[in-house]
Amino acid sequence: MTTQKLTLAKGLNSGLRAAMEADPKVVLMGEDVGKLGGVFRITEGLQKDFGEDRVIDTPLAESGIVGTAIGLCLRGYRPVVEIQFDGFVYPAFDQIISQVSKMHARSLGALRLPMVIRIPYGGGIGAVEHHSESNEAYFAHTAGLRVVTCSDPGDAYWMMQQAIASDDPVIFYEPKRRYHERGEVDIDETAGAPLGLHQAAVRREGTDLTLVTYGPMVKTCLQAAEAAAAEGISLTVVDLRSLSPLDRPTVLDAVKKTGRAVVVHEASTFLGMGAELAALIQQECFYHLEAPVLRVGGYNIPYPPSRFEEEFLPNLDRVMDAVDRSLAF
Amino acid sequence: MSDEPTVRHHESVVTPAGEHDITDGGPDMVQFLDAEGNRLETNESNAPYAEIVEALTAEDGRAMYRDLVLVRRVDAEGHALQRQGELGLWPSLLGQEAAQVGAGRAMRPQDYAFPGYREHGVAWCKGVPPENLLGMFRGVNNGGWDSNENNFHLYTIVIGNQMLHATGYAMGIQRDGAVGTGDESRDAAVMAFTGDGGTAQGDYNEALVFAGVANAPVVFFVQNNQWAISEPNYKQFRIPPYLRARGFGFPGVRVDGNDVLASYAVSKAAMDAARAGQGPTLIEAFTYRMGAHTTSDDPTKYRIAAEVDIWREKDPIKRMRGFMEKNGHADQEFFDAVDAEADEIAARIRKACQEMPNPELPTMFDNIYVDEHPVVAAERDEFVAYHASFEGAGH
Repeated sequence: MTTQKLTLAKGLNSGLRAAMEADPKVVLMGEDVGKLGGVFRITEGLQKDFGEDRVIDTPLAESGIVGTAIGLCLRGYRPVVEIQFDGFVYPAFDQIISQVSKMHARSLGALRLPMVIRIPYGGGIGAVEHHSESNEAYFAHTAGLRVVTCSDPGDAYWMMQQAIASDDPVIFYEPKRRYHERGEVDIDETAGAPLGLHQAAVRREGTDLTLVTYGPMVKTCLQAAEAAAAEGISLTVVDLRSLSPLDRPTVLDAVKKTGRAVVVHEASTFLGMGAELAALIQQECFYHLEAPVLRVGGYNIPYPPSRFEEEFLPNLDRVMDAVDRSLAF
Repeated sequence: MSDEPTVRHHESVVTPAGEHDITDGGPDMVQFLDAEGNRLETNESNAPYAEIVEALTAEDGRAMYRDLVLVRRVDAEGHALQRQGELGLWPSLLGQEAAQVGAGRAMRPQDYAFPGYREHGVAWCKGVPPENLLGMFRGVNNGGWDSNENNFHLYTIVIGNQMLHATGYAMGIQRDGAVGTGDESRDAAVMAFTGDGGTAQGDYNEALVFAGVANAPVVFFVQNNQWAISEPNYKQFRIPPYLRARGFGFPGVRVDGNDVLASYAVSKAAMDAARAGQGPTLIEAFTYRMGAHTTSDDPTKYRIAAEVDIWREKDPIKRMRGFMEKNGHADQEFFDAVDAEADEIAARIRKACQEMPNPELPTMFDNIYVDEHPVVAAERDEFVAYHASFEGAGH
C-alpha cells in the first residue's frame, strides 16, 4: 500500500497525469486548461509536462470542443474534455446528445467515442448564475452515455483513470465545492482501483434507514449520519458514484436491510435521480419498505442567487428532517 | 386612414439586405467550361487552377463523366425506390453531381470525408457501395457502413455537426504527424461537406474558428445549391460563404459547382495545400438543387419553374459531354457503355434494396454501449421473453 494525502482536486490532477503517462493517445482539451491549469487548476502542470499538442487550450466554444473531440476519437485519440462550469455545457448539448451518445449504435458498433467530458458541478461556493448547477439528470437520461461522479480524493484519482480507459463516452461530474477536501489515497498501481467505475460504495453501515446520495452530498449525508448516531438513529450511507448505470444491487441490498430510504442530491427533485431511485426502490423492495421513499434535493426553481443557496441546497438539517419523517411514518 | 395598422400580416417589417443573384456566380467564380462545354479562356479567377486542368487526360475526363452519369442514376433509383414505397425518404443530389464528383476525385484513399446526408456522389468516389446508403432511408439502420473502410464517415443529419468532427479528425492527423511530410501516401487531409443552410449553424462557424486556429488540414466544401429547403440564400447569409472564409483567416474560393473540371481543380489545390500543412480552405461550390429538398418536400410552394429552367441549361453532365465531344475525347460507343453500366447499377441497387432484410428485433439493443450496460441488457432479456410469451398462443 502506497498512500498519499491528496485533495480531491489533486486526485483528479494525478489521475489525469497517470492516464496521460499510460496512454499517449490521451489528450486534454478545454478553455484555459493549458498554462492556467483550468480555472480550478485541475490540469495544472500538465501542459508543461505533456506539451501543447496533448493539453489543448481551445477556443471558447463548448460545442466546438466536444465536436472536435469526436473527430479526435474517430482518429484514435482519447480526449478528456473540460467544460469550465456546469451551466456552460448547454452549447455542447447537441453534440453530446445527437452525436456522442449515438455514434456507436449508429455505426452498428464500428465506431467508438472513448471520450471523457469533465464537468465541475453543484453549488455552495457563492457563485454567480450558471456556476452552481446540477444537470446530471439530462445526461443520465440519455442512452449511450455513462455518467459518474466522485466524492473523495481516492475516487477522484481512480475513477478518472477508469473513465479515460472506458471505451464508452463518460460524463464525469466533479463536486466543485469538495475540490479542496483532503484524504488518504492509495495510489498503488499493482493493487489497482479499489472499486469498479460503476460500483456504488457503502460509506457507512446502519440499521434504521439508508441515505442514497452522490457527489457533494456524500459529505453532507455522512455528517447527518454522525448527528443521527448521537440521537440513537443508525443510518446507512450509499455513495452511488455511478449515475448511469446505477449499481442496483448495492442500492437495493442496502435499502432491504434498513427498510427505509431517503435520496439526497443537490439537483431539483422533479424528474431528478431521486425520482428514478424512488421508482426503482419501490419496484424492487416493495415488501421490505416501512415508509415511502423520500427525496431531499434542490427546490424546483432555477438555481437561486447565492444568498439563498444555503437554504436551497440540502443541508444536514433538511436531511435529518426527512429521516425523521421517514422514521415517523 | 390614421387607424390603419403599421404592421401588415403579409409583409415583413424588415427591409431585406438584398436578394442575391441565384443564377450567376459572378466574376470570382472559378470556371473552365461554359454551359455548352466550351473550354473558357484563362482568366484571373481560373488561372491558379489551369495547370491542374491541363494535366488531366482524356481518360481522366471519361472517368469523371462516368462518375457523373452513374451517380445521377444511383440518385434517380433512390428517388424511384422511395416513390414505390421501398424507402421512407430520399434526399436527391440532382444537379450537384459535378460539385461532388470533383471534390470526391480530389481525395486520396487516406483522406477522410465527413458528409451531410446528400453526398451520394462523394460516397461513390470514396468507394462506398451505393446500396449501403439505402439502409438508413429504408429504416433498417441509422448508418449502414463502416466508415473506416472507405474513409467516408456516416451521414450526419443534424445540420453542421459534422464540420466539427471533420476539424477534430484533422487535428488528429496533425498529431499523428501525417501532414506536411511530403510523403504522398502518408500525408492526409479531410473534406467536410455541408450546404448553404449549414453555414448559418453555430457548429459550422465554430469549426471554421477551430480549424483556423489549429491550421488543421481540412477543406470545407459548401455546396451552395441556393435553397435551404424553402429558404433562398438571402435568408441564410448577407455575404456569400466564400467571402466569409477570410474572416476566419484562410482562403475562400467560389467555384462553378456544375463544372466538374473546375470543382476537381479547386478541390485538388485545396487538398494538396492542406496535406502540405498550409491549413484550411473554404470552397463554395455554386450549384443548384434541381429537385426537392427530399422526397417529402414540394418546391412548387416556394420557387418558380423559370428558375429551374435556367439551371437546367447549366446541367453538369450535358456540359462535360459537350466538352468531350468537341475535343474528340469519347465516342458514341463510350457514352452508350456508360449508360448501360448505369442501368446495371440501378438494377443492382434496386434488387439489393428489395432484398434488404428487416433487422432482427432484439438487435435494436445492440451496440448502445461498447461494454455491457445493465439496463440495456435487462431490457433486451425482458423484450425477448415478452415476445417469446406469445409463441404458440395464436397471436
